[in-house]
Amino acid sequence: MAIGSVGVVTARARPSLRSRMSELLDRESWLGPIFVSPALVLLLLLVAYPFFMALYFSVSNAFIGRPSSFIGIRNFVRLWESDAFRQTFQNAFVFCGAAVGAKVVLGIALALLLNQQLWFKRMIRGAVLLPWVIPTALSTLGWSWMFNSLYSVVNWTGLALGIMDPPGPNWLGQKYYAMTAVVVVNIWRGLPFFAITLLAGLVAIPKELYEAAEADGAGPIARFWYVTLPLLKGVLGIVVLFSTIFTFSEFNIVYVLTHGGPMNSTHLFATLARQVGLETGRIGEGAAISLYLFPALMIVVWAQLRFVRKQAY
Amino acid sequence: MNRRQLTNRLLAHLGLLPFIIFAVFPFYHMTLTSLKQNRELYDRTAVPLLIQQGPTFDHYAKLLWETEFLTWTKNSLLVTVLATFISLVLGTIAAYALARLKFFAVGSLGTGIFVTYLVPTSLLFLPLAQVVNWLGLGDSKWALVVTYPTFLVPFCTWLLMGYFRTVPKEVEECAMVDGATRIQALWRIVLPIAVPGLVCAALFAFTLSWNEFIYALTFTSSSEQITASVGVTTELIRGDIYYWGSLMAGAVLASVPIVILYVFFLDYYVSGLTAGAIK
Repeated sequence: MAIGSVGVVTARARPSLRSRMSELLDRESWLGPIFVSPALVLLLLLVAYPFFMALYFSVSNAFIGRPSSFIGIRNFVRLWESDAFRQTFQNAFVFCGAAVGAKVVLGIALALLLNQQLWFKRMIRGAVLLPWVIPTALSTLGWSWMFNSLYSVVNWTGLALGIMDPPGPNWLGQKYYAMTAVVVVNIWRGLPFFAITLLAGLVAIPKELYEAAEADGAGPIARFWYVTLPLLKGVLGIVVLFSTIFTFSEFNIVYVLTHGGPMNSTHLFATLARQVGLETGRIGEGAAISLYLFPALMIVVWAQLRFVRKQAY
Repeated sequence: MNRRQLTNRLLAHLGLLPFIIFAVFPFYHMTLTSLKQNRELYDRTAVPLLIQQGPTFDHYAKLLWETEFLTWTKNSLLVTVLATFISLVLGTIAAYALARLKFFAVGSLGTGIFVTYLVPTSLLFLPLAQVVNWLGLGDSKWALVVTYPTFLVPFCTWLLMGYFRTVPKEVEECAMVDGATRIQALWRIVLPIAVPGLVCAALFAFTLSWNEFIYALTFTSSSEQITASVGVTTELIRGDIYYWGSLMAGAVLASVPIVILYVFFLDYYVSGLTAGAIK
């Protein structure tokens, strides 16, 4: 509708405000922005704005309750001189690599098993998905009891089965064991997402392809390698991208299980940022640590938009 | 069923067994611990997999009557219900506009909302704490009502855009030819068809905000304002002393609302979880 016709209407008999409003709301070019703006305002105010604040903080000497001033890249320089940060940087890659790698392998295995003919399909799916649903901070509390230095049920089981020497490892008190424990809990928590999503990908593969491959003499391994895996690649890629960003920015598990210790050996960017930014008050430095999550985020966003969204639209 | 199929089926169950034990055991152990008497709990010679000296509800009683657990749970419920409702409303109208209407910059707005969906909360909590203070919401549960929609709205919008696209355009156009306005068509035609999507979005928003931890930990601290997850993990630990019985009781009780939803709406959880990656 052109503006002219509205003018004609107004000239004839001034329509009520109400009817003019409803006419505007029927136009896509008006209704669209009106519908999007509440969400947009919220996200600009509480996501975009804090993000730019984080950028400013990272180049300032902001300290809780004190005015701040610009200090250039000094925060970043100081971080690279600190052992705690260098350790954290290394931890982040070890943690993310180990956890995502294990989730890919175990996730594919679990999805393949769930895709078989099963008797208690719903119950089994329910059980497998459970770790994803329960509040992570609380289930991690359960794990910290399971890894307790004196009463660990993990060690009790290991000793009972004869695969550990008494008294068994002090899971949360020793460097490499603590990292192992944190990785295990992350796998436990993230595996359902991998398994259930990959299962949906498996279900979408046409049965005829397997029958054709079988008719050509392909065994189970060949069928997995030449039919399942290539057709699962798309879904697997998306799941890995999602999981990478969420594993890289993990906070809850480390905070509850080890608080970053012993000797910073399990600190990740998020937990170190909190410790430096809030517990010691150096917000500028804390923000600079948080920003190390940003390159990872950019890579994932870029890959998502480039490869995934393109297919969707 | 022939012999080969039966063997395959048995093998599949056998293969699933370790995964199921891995997934469920921590909850079994938590529940068990919360029901054990301290005498047995701290007995290094006892078998940790069973209750042998009789169960007790002491830890639960202590939790309910000697701590602020009920206040924390009430806070969690308030924050979760309000944040879910707000996010669902904002997400629904935004998703409808982005999926259905043609207007200025619709494509880049959709992409922008998708990108905010990927921004992790741990990247923003430090500056957001400042914003919360400026809004006068420091150490208040209302800070959570305001901030939780920042990660729930992008999620709901994204999920619902997928659902709205599956509703045929013709259905809506029919209603509009018959004289309905666009908003009436949305309200009476599109939304009823998209109910499964709305249920799914509501369930996920509820679960995500009930489980949220880092914002709650950062923006609230006094016992009257904190949520259940924060209360259980911070207030039940005094210095280095862990009251494991009560801790586990708290972890179990605070998980109950989600478990109830989960049992009734399992299929929605499955479809919602896969929607993100498949749609």
